Amino acid sequence: MIRVQQEDFDVGAELDRLSAEATGAGAVSCFVGLVRDFSGGGAVSAMTLEHYPGMTERQLADIEAEARSRWPLEAVLIVHRYGRLEPGERIVLCATASAHRRAAIDACSFLIDWLKTRAPFWKLEETPGGERWVDADPDDALAGERWAAPGAGPGDG
Amino acid sequence: MQMLYFGWVRQRIGVPAETVAPPAGVIDVETLIDWLSGRSDAYAEALGNREALRVAVNQELCEFDSPVGAGDEVALFPPMTGG
Repeated sequence: MIRVQQEDFDVGAELDRLSAEATGAGAVSCFVGLVRDFSGGGAVSAMTLEHYPGMTERQLADIEAEARSRWPLEAVLIVHRYGRLEPGERIVLCATASAHRRAAIDACSFLIDWLKTRAPFWKLEETPGGERWVDADPDDALAGERWAAPGAGPGDG
Repeated sequence: MQMLYFGWVRQRIGVPAETVAPPAGVIDVETLIDWLSGRSDAYAEALGNREALRVAVNQELCEFDSPVGAGDEVALFPPMTGG
């Protein structure tokens, strides 16, 4: 399941719902992304996330489908926020449930790695020196590429 | 043709969306960007660095040689920074 929303989410409640839906799961893995209060050595007082409504949902659904095709998952949840967020606020939640831990952990790692370069979001930081667009991080592209081939993972490279 | 702009592309062009009617010579993303760049300095500046531009046609990521036509939704934006 995927959701794109402005409002915050409750991690505990989301994981409870995911677990309830995944009755055959023995493992739930999750990743929560937060707004940092620094970037490139400078202070960040807020970040505004812009996205492409319509395409965002399609890309996230494709990423979920790709994860489900690679691992035996009982449930998948991606929640991504947009709008103006302050340091410490939650941006994204990726969660997976599977019969065994390895599939849940690997699939969760895959979801966030692919989100970084394939989900149409753009981030504008507020800093003491003014507004600044966040550049795509080459390390994120590398992290995504490590999963390029089906069945591949960071450990296989 | 419906154009959408995001991130610094939107900021430099100055509008988030617009309907355009390109001439017959515009057949793909490359020629569309060439034509848009000739409209004003703001477009030329926003679209000048093609290495830093990404494109989606009808909400699917595609390359610069992808064909575009009158009924398409074409989005131009910087590399995505999700998560």
